[in-house]
Amino acid sequence: MNRCLLCENGTEVDSWRAFFGAKAPPLCEVCTASFNRLSGPCCHVCSRSLEEDGECTDCQSWRKSIFHSNVSLFHYNEAMQDVIAQFKYRGDYVLASIFAEKIRTEAKKAACDLICPVPLAPSRLAERRFNQSEALIVCAGLTAAPLLGRHESEKQSKKSRAERMNAVQTFYPTGEATGKSVLVIDDIYTTGATMRLVADALADAGAASVKSITIARSGS
Amino acid sequence: MKNILFFTGRELTVEEMQEPIPDLHHFAVQPGVSDEPKCQRCGNETNFSSHPCARCGKECLYCRNCIKMGKISSCTTLYRWTGPEPDVPKAAGILHWSGTLSPGQKTASDNVLQAIQQQKEHTVWAVAGAGKTEVLFAGIATALSEGRRVCIAAPRSDVVRELAPRLQNVFPNTPPAALYGGSPDRHTYSPLVISTTHQLFRYTAAFDVMIVDEVDAFPYTFDHSLQYAVQKARKTESALIYLTATPEPSWREDIQSGKRDATLIPARYHRQPLPVPSMKWCGNWKKSIVPPAVLEWVKTKEKALLFYPHIETMEKALATLKAIDSRIESVHAADPLRKEKVAAMRRGEVPVLLTTTILERGVTFPGVDVAVVGAEDRVFTESALVQIAGRAGRSADCPTGEILFFHYGKTTAMVQSIEQINEMNKLGRQKGLLDT
Repeated sequence: MNRCLLCENGTEVDSWRAFFGAKAPPLCEVCTASFNRLSGPCCHVCSRSLEEDGECTDCQSWRKSIFHSNVSLFHYNEAMQDVIAQFKYRGDYVLASIFAEKIRTEAKKAACDLICPVPLAPSRLAERRFNQSEALIVCAGLTAAPLLGRHESEKQSKKSRAERMNAVQTFYPTGEATGKSVLVIDDIYTTGATMRLVADALADAGAASVKSITIARSGS
Repeated sequence: MKNILFFTGRELTVEEMQEPIPDLHHFAVQPGVSDEPKCQRCGNETNFSSHPCARCGKECLYCRNCIKMGKISSCTTLYRWTGPEPDVPKAAGILHWSGTLSPGQKTASDNVLQAIQQQKEHTVWAVAGAGKTEVLFAGIATALSEGRRVCIAAPRSDVVRELAPRLQNVFPNTPPAALYGGSPDRHTYSPLVISTTHQLFRYTAAFDVMIVDEVDAFPYTFDHSLQYAVQKARKTESALIYLTATPEPSWREDIQSGKRDATLIPARYHRQPLPVPSMKWCGNWKKSIVPPAVLEWVKTKEKALLFYPHIETMEKALATLKAIDSRIESVHAADPLRKEKVAAMRRGEVPVLLTTTILERGVTFPGVDVAVVGAEDRVFTESALVQIAGRAGRSADCPTGEILFFHYGKTTAMVQSIEQINEMNKLGRQKGLLDT
């Protein structure tokens, strides 16, 4: 029997579906139900939930950028916080496969020329053993184009909101993307500051536009 | 040297080593995952995953079983101190306790002491409220006086937090190190360690005396890696003491056939018999949620626990019962106010506390009455029902109490739990451990 990646429950598909090649899902029904899919009216730039569809005040106030839009899959609720913490900080690489199918679908919709991971600084990469952004891309069966590098700096998650919004550039181009549309895939979208810095560095690499897919949308 | 004390008996990853690391010549090293593969920390042989590793540059296997305690990968190195062990001071085992043991406790205490001296295995099967912690004092005192290291392993962190101050009181010269996830004591050394079974993963051949509390409790019985942890943390030559109020059927057989060396304490220290549950049919409680019989029972109670098999039915019942008395509360494992509500119950501010099996063991509310709604549900195993019944009549001031199983069809577990309690009372009388 296949086991849920997050608990002890079994996961099975109906035998007739398995016969046609259906695979058992990575999570049981209970764990799947603990995640909250983003739906309803939202900001068409950053996926933030809004009273009605439109553009949120944060996105209106961002300076001009080649950053086009972000699509987030889930609310950053308690269950999602736990799973992302286990994936990224505990280093449970296999959890990337939970999101593989949905990322593949969204990536197809985004229809970009290249898919670029958000790089980690060398010391952080050594500490974590893998880059969570690259893991999400690879587990979704997509090809990662490493177009950027990152200098050593403080952890983004330890910073306050104001500090994040005014963060200095730590990304730099290492590849060539002249005229290309680039898709960036990452775990969490909070203020959008990281994504815009990534987009700036990609602009330096020649990119024409940048979209992003993130697992969770945090912040109110 | 402080560092040596910390490292004694531990086997750690480089992330868990504290700076500065002392003389590296005194460490034996091994890879975190062996070739089979097997996790060298938790013993897992089945639950692995892998990824291209930025540290070693290879496809690297990692253990998913103990990942919550920090990741063990193929390229992880485990460090084990092989230098001299620190001396345990002579005064470490001085016992500051003036209580007296009941005859049942005395027999168990003598047998535990003997097992510790002879480095053997022994099980203490003591009914809920028998006073099994006191049974350990003499053995621990002797072991510590002889410079040996002692560990009490418990399945849950709240049991560790409850035991630590009690042992601190009786061994004031040897403050125990209390270890659980996030514990402030995790960097301290003590010859007396009280630990969750999970934290034992970080020890190897450390203890001369290993005491496993509530050996039948979830998750210890179900999780083989925790049994592995107990075996790994003790020395090859060491004593192993098991404590339980409700041994599994296979253990009971082994005890009765003499395969397992054990002492039975069938009676409570206050010499009153265990209150015996009665059964009452209450119709389809899943439909009515609070059947009339249950409602009548609740109305007459000033201090009671009401067990429900599931959170969902319990929360629905709470809505109905709050209408009778707004002070009625409910509690379950993931309840953020769990500690506060249990404390309010202790202070007598909650007349009836609805609960899942989370409060089946380890808690004492003097003078409490107990009822189970849906006692036929499969979560209420024989052991669970015996433990639940064990909540009533624990204190010497209030040695009686009512226990009622509301049901929609009797189960073997219900009948056998009552038989087990009657059997214990019979044995208690035969052995002269009861006054009535």
